[in-house]
Amino acid sequence: MTELRLETRALSRRFGALVALQEVDFKLAAGARHALIGPNGAGKTTFINLLSGALPPSRGHVLLKGEDITEKKQAERVKLGIARTFQINRLFRGLSVLENVCMSVAERVGAAPTMFYPVGRRTDVIEESMHLLDTLKLAANAAHRVSELPYGRQRLVEIAIAIGLNPDVLLLDEPAAGVASAESHIILDAIERLPEHIAVLIIEHDMDLVFRFAKRVTVMVGGALFAEGTPREIEANPQVRAVYLGQAGRG
Amino acid sequence: MSTKAVPTAPATSVGHANHPAARDLIARHHLRWWEALPWLAAGAFYFVFHDYLGFGTSLMITILFALSLDLALGYAGIITLGHAAFFGAGAYTVGLLAFHNIWTEPITSLMLAALAAAAVGFVSGLVLLRTQGLTLLMLTLCTMALLQESANMAHDYTGGFDGLPSLDIAPVFGVFEFNPLYPDTQYLYTLAILFACFVFIRTLIYSPFGQSLTGIRENLLRMHAIGAPVRRRLVVCYTISAALAGIAGGLWAQTNAYVNLSALDLDRAATVLIILILGGYGRLYGAFVGAAAYMALEHFLARIYPTAWQLGLGLLLVVVALYAQNGILGLSEVLWRRYRARRATS
Repeated sequence: MTELRLETRALSRRFGALVALQEVDFKLAAGARHALIGPNGAGKTTFINLLSGALPPSRGHVLLKGEDITEKKQAERVKLGIARTFQINRLFRGLSVLENVCMSVAERVGAAPTMFYPVGRRTDVIEESMHLLDTLKLAANAAHRVSELPYGRQRLVEIAIAIGLNPDVLLLDEPAAGVASAESHIILDAIERLPEHIAVLIIEHDMDLVFRFAKRVTVMVGGALFAEGTPREIEANPQVRAVYLGQAGRG
Repeated sequence: MSTKAVPTAPATSVGHANHPAARDLIARHHLRWWEALPWLAAGAFYFVFHDYLGFGTSLMITILFALSLDLALGYAGIITLGHAAFFGAGAYTVGLLAFHNIWTEPITSLMLAALAAAAVGFVSGLVLLRTQGLTLLMLTLCTMALLQESANMAHDYTGGFDGLPSLDIAPVFGVFEFNPLYPDTQYLYTLAILFACFVFIRTLIYSPFGQSLTGIRENLLRMHAIGAPVRRRLVVCYTISAALAGIAGGLWAQTNAYVNLSALDLDRAATVLIILILGGYGRLYGAFVGAAAYMALEHFLARIYPTAWQLGLGLLLVVVALYAQNGILGLSEVLWRRYRARRATS
């Protein structure tokens, strides 16, 4: 059994009368390539919001490396190594690609609160950000304003900002959402080359991408865990096929 | 749309600081030649329009006030319609100290004005900055209205509706007489204070802190997601902005030698907002251009059509809102780019 990174115990969340997430016991191993799939409204994004601390749970616990972090706020969890991306781009649209990444790198290395020297003095932040863009094949776009990029490239910036935080756990909320299928290979390319030590949890509707990337797949239906296994087991599971794959198809 | 050609980066993993985007960011804070223009203009004004130094002084005070608003509104995206609260807090600090003969030394009075305004900004910011959008707008308005009504009701100290007239301000450095009869002193003193504050603001906005304020404006949720203490940053920014507005208010009280309720008026808060929108917000020099354009317009339109000069201003604002949403500076930038692109193609 490999070492655990992230774990949830009976994690639940209600929105009024709606039970969005119900008693979820989930484990994410170190270096995992884990996909979370399920029909729309299954509670996947809510689950990521609870893991990242954007939402407090109604009940249950979140543990990082065995330590209970349920009470910790989002900013503290980021410092502890949990980073996320968003299903809908949340970028600094008016800024350049480089500035977007610098924003998270500066925050991580503690440069951001400084008032009395210019951004340009922190060449370490700028170099690291450029290096990161290089590894994601975004260096050629570094000077472009994010709002001027094609959508697929914007999705890459979304991932780049999260990697700039140097996380142990990376939560990817539908990284290929809205990307034309002709372009979706650049997303797969990028996430396949993520550093091995990062535990990745990915929500994705593109089944091709899921089955090529993930080593482990969890199916969520109606706010509860429905099945878990290797991609092959999940694909072969008749119940899963009935509730999910049957509807979505395999492209 | 930018038409700048961006060369592609070298594929090597070394020398990233040489990428054009990196070099651009590293050199962003460097001074450009045209940044000397406002100060040269201020110097020229002193000699050429020596009879209008009073106008020049109030123009510079307006610029400082607009700059303080730009920090909160233009950079951090704090939507406020109550910035005169801090202007007034500074003005009344100077006024009360001078009127009751407690403290009349001008420079230290300004520091106290900054402190008082910062305190108001900090305390109100702690509460206000939990909200956004219209709620925030209304709460900033309420803060200002509460302050104005307090100043009105504390008649025994503040003079209420009549204000505090004939303030006695001590000479600058104990040497240079300071009152409206000595516009030279007032002009140069205000210029020096504006310059010092400007250097501070410029340093701040090009710092990593300033960049993170821009991040908050551009995407609040993402700033939370990268672990930034968003509320703390906003409160710090709001407090600094308030202190600077307080200095502007203090200068206003000192140079006019009176304080009244108009310091805390919605009219004042709205005017500075209009000035910033006119000049272009979030661009540092928008405050200069906006204030100069507004006050020049006010001056000339009022002469041409004394009873309805605001009609002309209204029309100009409609034009800006429709065709130049980034203000005069934004419009000039677009035109400049177009001109260069045309030259490059021909």
